[in-house]
Amino acid sequence: MRENLHRFFRAARGAGVHVSPAESIDAMRAVAQVGLTDRAILRDTLLLTLAKSQDEKLALGDCFDLFFSQPEPPQDQAEANNDASQDGDQPPSSGSASEAGGGQPAEGLGPLAQILLSQDRNAIQAAIASASGAASLSDIRYSTQRGIFSSRILDAMGLQRLRDDLDEITATNPALAERLRAALDALREAVRDTVSQGLALYAREEAENLRNEILRNAPLARIERRQVAEMRALIRQIARRLRERYSKPRKRQRRGHLDVRRTLRRNAAWGGVPFLTAWKRKHRDRPKIVALCDISGSVAQVSDFFLLLIHSLHEVVDDVRSFAFSSHLIEVSEILEKKPPEEAMAEIMSTVGFGSSDYGSSLVDFERDFMSTLTPQTTVIVLGDARSNNLDPRADILRRISERSKRLVWLNPEGRLAWGFGDSEMPRYATFCSVVRQCATAQQLERAVSDIVATYQ
Amino acid sequence: MAEQKASTSIEAVESGLAAQGYIASRQIATAVYLSQKIEKPILVEGPAGVGKTELAKAIAGWRGKKMIRLQCYEGLDEAKALYEWKYAKQLLYTQILKDKLGEVLGGAQTLRAALDQLHDFGDVFFSKEFVEPRPLLQALEQPGGCVLLIDEIDKSDAEFESLLLEILSDFQVTIPELGTVSAITPPTVILTSNSERDLGDALKRRCLHLHIGFPEQRLEERIVESRVPGISQTLRRQMVGFIHEIRSLDLKKLPSVSETIDWARVLVLLQASGLDTEIVKDTLNVLLKYEADIEAAAPQITTFIAKAARSNVFG
Repeated sequence: MRENLHRFFRAARGAGVHVSPAESIDAMRAVAQVGLTDRAILRDTLLLTLAKSQDEKLALGDCFDLFFSQPEPPQDQAEANNDASQDGDQPPSSGSASEAGGGQPAEGLGPLAQILLSQDRNAIQAAIASASGAASLSDIRYSTQRGIFSSRILDAMGLQRLRDDLDEITATNPALAERLRAALDALREAVRDTVSQGLALYAREEAENLRNEILRNAPLARIERRQVAEMRALIRQIARRLRERYSKPRKRQRRGHLDVRRTLRRNAAWGGVPFLTAWKRKHRDRPKIVALCDISGSVAQVSDFFLLLIHSLHEVVDDVRSFAFSSHLIEVSEILEKKPPEEAMAEIMSTVGFGSSDYGSSLVDFERDFMSTLTPQTTVIVLGDARSNNLDPRADILRRISERSKRLVWLNPEGRLAWGFGDSEMPRYATFCSVVRQCATAQQLERAVSDIVATYQ
Repeated sequence: MAEQKASTSIEAVESGLAAQGYIASRQIATAVYLSQKIEKPILVEGPAGVGKTELAKAIAGWRGKKMIRLQCYEGLDEAKALYEWKYAKQLLYTQILKDKLGEVLGGAQTLRAALDQLHDFGDVFFSKEFVEPRPLLQALEQPGGCVLLIDEIDKSDAEFESLLLEILSDFQVTIPELGTVSAITPPTVILTSNSERDLGDALKRRCLHLHIGFPEQRLEERIVESRVPGISQTLRRQMVGFIHEIRSLDLKKLPSVSETIDWARVLVLLQASGLDTEIVKDTLNVLLKYEADIEAAAPQITTFIAKAARSNVFG
């Protein structure tokens, strides 16, 4: 049974529940206490010990139901296995079952043929279970492996012997051969189902990791429509990670400088004899961010994800003002705060989107209306390709922005090679920026935002 | 067999808690049973008022143990939760014993000899006598064991969580001046959280995680029955059905079990025999705690009463 529990832990990891070795040990101990006969209690026990949040409980509950949806072995076998596991001795759960199935008249047939002919569903299931153990079905990762695992399981069950048997009795006993052949087809189907179930149980984690890895490194601007939703989920994940990393308390003791006033106050009870010392603390600011996003043409998609990320960092970032521009600039913070991301983006697009970008006049708009939002604590992030259609870039305004703010970060979705070619004004702008970096994929986006937040820590 | 024992002892837990007036679902009973068997704390999460704190009280009552409660809040630290040195007492003792010290050290010729002699008494000043035990240390020092309730852990700071880790996994604390204090009898530890912030993985890993949600209708009826014995069966069914309908609304704060019990008491006091629109309207403020919620629910009252009455007939 320990074997089965270990397989269940792997399946649970596949379902997105973090099962650490320590937790699996706890679960083992708990299961040893409650036993295995009552499935509802077993389910509760595993939910209590393994899942650590409401979401995980739901996922694990589903996983449990899927995992144990195989027909249960008959009662006496379960009992026998339990006895065995209590003795501390572990025969594979199906060992006794296949022997039980083997008690049929021999007639010189192989064990698999006998099980099939005996029509003992439990014995067949048990044989499949033990064969999938031998073929290490829990290692299955991708749907393309389905065929190879099916044939491995069938081989482990003794398909070769069965074929020989079939050849032999086709001549001597055609009716029996026919029955056997039908049973074999049914068996193949059963094995295929088992493999599919195994895939659903064990492969989810790996497949998800792979897909996320590809998605993280895909250029945001050229992402396909069907992947947008997945990308949003990924961005939310990134936001959660950044939140966890940076939402730690911002007060840190600075040892070395005594806070005389607080020390005296704290020790008033002892006549001012300083038993308890208080040290000066350094209070760190939370980031204040002003984001200017180009939403023309190819940059729009990147801006979309960037805004989503910045606005899901509430716990980490104190204050975000976002502005979107193509030919002129408007403030979009409120739209983004109030509406779900899809609607908000659509509304922003319909207001200022789809124009040809004019960095000069957009910067003029910003200086005229919003220059007062900048304080010495503000980080200004400009996201855009700096392609201004040969219009006046007004880099002087950018200089003034840079002077008023703590940092000016420029994120450019284009590769460094393209900067300065054609109508790109990047070199001219870059002189006023504290940091200029490429930002084309989710991974680069994460690094860029992470660095910006980290400067405040 | 172990299994047989397990299911009967889980039932025993259930009935034991029921005797204390706490009607537990099977999941809660399993958690309590397991926490005792594998000596792990239970972390209880769930909305406010579903009986997280009550559970600890019921366990303490059932096992006949003392309950020690530590209410968490922002800024709670070691000195308030674990132990504190009685500085004033230490100082006072040193002053009083000044003469005595002179006598003891009088025989010493050199400073070194005096220091050596003083070393023999060194531990006197950092002994248990001068330690003021706070709830966590108290819980470890109870000879007969106790139920330690760490209430609303999510309100405390992340540093405090780390402080708890040693107690939760090994039932011991380390006081630098005294050494490690282990529990005489491991206490039953219950932590509650309203999920105001996410707790650290290290803390979660050390606990059984129990989520108490709103109870099912049957269970809630039983809870009302045990808490408000004077209420008639029809009224009980009607009001619990009504509350379940209310919970389907999108409200700021959904009424939880404690509100159900309060409402049942109010209805008994008003000697209501059944629900009608008038009485519900008058007492809705017992259930709903926001003006906006009351306004949202008010137009639905009649429909909900009708629905509750219908489910009463069939269920």
